[in-house]
Amino acid sequence: MSTHIPAGYKWWAGGKSPYNVSYGKLMMWIFLLSDTFTFGALLISYGTIRVSHNYWPDPNHVFNTFPLMGDANLPLAFVSLMTFILIMSSVTMVLAVHEGHKRNKKGVAKWLLWTILGGFLFLGCQAWEWTHLITHTHPVLIDGQIQEIGATIKQNHFGPIVPGLFHNGHQVTLPGPVGFGNSFFGITGFHGFHVSIGVFLNILMYIWTVNGRFARLGHYEMVEKIGLYWHFVDLVWVFVFLCFYLI
Amino acid sequence: MSNEAVIQPGVVVHEAHEHVGGHHHRETFITKYIFSQDHKMIAKQFLITGMVWAFIGGLMSVLFRIQLGYPEATLPWLEDIFGHWARGGKISPEFYYALGTMHGTILIFFVLTAGLSGTFANFLIPFQVGARDMASPFMNMLSYWFFVLASIVMMSSLFVQTGPAAGGWTVYPPLSALGDASIGSKTGMDLWLISMALFVVSQLLGGLNYVSTILNMRTRGMTMTRLPLTIWGLFFTAILGLLSFPVLLSGFILLLFDRHLGTSFYLSDIVIAGKILPNEGGSAILYQHLFWFLGHPEVYIIILPTMGIVSEVMSINARKPIFGYMAMVASLFAIAVLSFLVWAHHMFVTGMNPFLGSVFVLLTLLIAVPSSIKVFNWLTTLWRGNIRFTVGMLFSIGFVSTFISGGLTGIWVGNSTIDIHVHDTYFNIAHFHIVMGVSAFMGMFAGVYHWFPKMYGRYMNNTLGYIHFWITLVCAYVIFWPMHYEGLAGMPRRYYSYENWESFKQFVELNRVISFAAILSFLVQLLFIFNFFYSIFKGRKVTTKNPWNANTLEWTTPIRPGHGNWPGEIPEVHRWPYDYGKDGVDFIPQTEPVTKDESKH
Repeated sequence: MSTHIPAGYKWWAGGKSPYNVSYGKLMMWIFLLSDTFTFGALLISYGTIRVSHNYWPDPNHVFNTFPLMGDANLPLAFVSLMTFILIMSSVTMVLAVHEGHKRNKKGVAKWLLWTILGGFLFLGCQAWEWTHLITHTHPVLIDGQIQEIGATIKQNHFGPIVPGLFHNGHQVTLPGPVGFGNSFFGITGFHGFHVSIGVFLNILMYIWTVNGRFARLGHYEMVEKIGLYWHFVDLVWVFVFLCFYLI
Repeated sequence: MSNEAVIQPGVVVHEAHEHVGGHHHRETFITKYIFSQDHKMIAKQFLITGMVWAFIGGLMSVLFRIQLGYPEATLPWLEDIFGHWARGGKISPEFYYALGTMHGTILIFFVLTAGLSGTFANFLIPFQVGARDMASPFMNMLSYWFFVLASIVMMSSLFVQTGPAAGGWTVYPPLSALGDASIGSKTGMDLWLISMALFVVSQLLGGLNYVSTILNMRTRGMTMTRLPLTIWGLFFTAILGLLSFPVLLSGFILLLFDRHLGTSFYLSDIVIAGKILPNEGGSAILYQHLFWFLGHPEVYIIILPTMGIVSEVMSINARKPIFGYMAMVASLFAIAVLSFLVWAHHMFVTGMNPFLGSVFVLLTLLIAVPSSIKVFNWLTTLWRGNIRFTVGMLFSIGFVSTFISGGLTGIWVGNSTIDIHVHDTYFNIAHFHIVMGVSAFMGMFAGVYHWFPKMYGRYMNNTLGYIHFWITLVCAYVIFWPMHYEGLAGMPRRYYSYENWESFKQFVELNRVISFAAILSFLVQLLFIFNFFYSIFKGRKVTTKNPWNANTLEWTTPIRPGHGNWPGEIPEVHRWPYDYGKDGVDFIPQTEPVTKDESKH
């Protein structure tokens, strides 16, 4: 592709791409725009349900644990690590695409591998966080009875505390708004599903890089397109992070 | 990326496809007719699948019109066919609700979205922008097969024991979210949601292709403002679909969660059969917002392609340039933008803040402006034209007629004060059926009759076409015009029977007339289906490349184009597509270079 574009060049005159991109990349951009609406709808639904409640759990209280740290109160520490991992995987993706431009097969393979690792780490963290929320039970006052429940998609223990009521040394609470678990597991799950697809695609890219498919094609554009998707999934996480953990 | 690169090398360039059945390259029956990647074949697949669905959906309306028009009649053959759904020869209430729901779902999504855009976007975009095929023929094929998958799932829902979804085509929760609420909310509802999710995937794959083909694959000289209006219509349609279907998908995902994971996105404070449900904190109105954020653009997804088709067919057959090309494009754009800002006018009776309602009234009425611009442009295109009354042209004129009659009542129901009175009455049924259902069918028929010679190298039978047109048009008005009066008198829609209301007894005869016309118009569509399939094999053969003396690029291809459309180079474009009757010349194809002494437009 020539880098020199003469003045007065008619981009829209037909016979060429007006954005100087291949149709595949154009499709990926449009798809991402489309997917923005999917997540937008989910997050707005979450927002409307949340603002219709008088009480909503405090994320600093909900997300305050860290693996192997027991009951130490570390608000948002773990999710910060998750976010850091995912953003770093975006950086390694950029490096993979960059090596692709230089047609350096080994470089692409190396950085893709780091990206895949980042993806798996993120999913692992999410799995730990979910497991912790679901299996770590707390006493909750339901219909006049104290029950030990974990936080699931159906119910959770993040309601207001019942002053002065303790059960086995733990503060008893009321059930939290069900909408919290609905949205948290629903939306982070849907995002995790996107990440899983991204990891799968990255593995496919890795295989195709290593077996020389892109070297034969003469370009690594496919890696670039998957890279766009990966960055998008990252960007969505930033919004999920904002909506569920920060506010 | 060059156009040549999108198709398999060797298939295109070396062969002239003037002769029939002389494909020497390795095209088996399966790659040619079933898993085809040729946009023309995929278009025909969409069209014929759409026709199958239209037959089923139309038949459903005949069945519920039998109940509405002849409520006392007992027809034993109904029981023979439908068993316990029509015990004693009478359609059961559950069956009636299921019929209405599936009629809406099928006609709106499977016929007028997939059947219509799927057919004409696939067929016309590569032809009219001058491309060998879609940007990604493989994704295009996937789009069709996802549609088939969605169709199979939806079809199978008709045969489950508890019947298909029956809560109206909008499937509002809580009714649709709770299996205990009605038998139509059991397995049939799950299949409905799964089918629609697959349908959204199909739309997405198709839409990505349509947009990127139009932007990226135009031939040399084909600037955006030299595109035929069909392409502009399909372009905005694809964008609307890409931005609104994902929101519907999100809404459906949450509905599926509510059904199966015990969440409460749409549910709160519900008592069902004396049992208090634990769900709390959700909002059924939230679903309506998500649904109508698609639902309203959806009606433009249905109508914009036909607006394009009608503009094109009308200009060709009036032998005049389309009046106000840029105004047509601008109004398509305006409609596309406004369509995202008016969804809550479907929700005036949900208890929304009247001030918010008034904002939606204003935005809704604004759509009347671009719509009227379009109507005036069609009328001025007809004005003093040398009109050739081909069947396609008649359907185009019919489109303008029904679009006006249905559009005017749109101004009524767009006003919240009137809408609150006529909401959920037959007035609404009449309004949207005329403006969106009948009009879209008119445009679709115009397109089928007009491009049939390009699709199959033969003409459809004209006499049958004229009969089809006139009976369809007259029946459409006989069916829907009286419904306005019924609706203004307060007759609610979706009711199984009106026998118990003294106030609606005056409409017994009228309902019978409507049902009679509905059955007649269904029968005349069978005539169309017969004409279509008969003409594929026995129709009069097309002998020239350009039978309608049209300007656009599809008529520069061979009569029966192979995969790749043009045997040689793709032609270059030098002018807009509407040079009809210019400087005393009947028509000047887009491929003709502009001469020096030609007048400017």
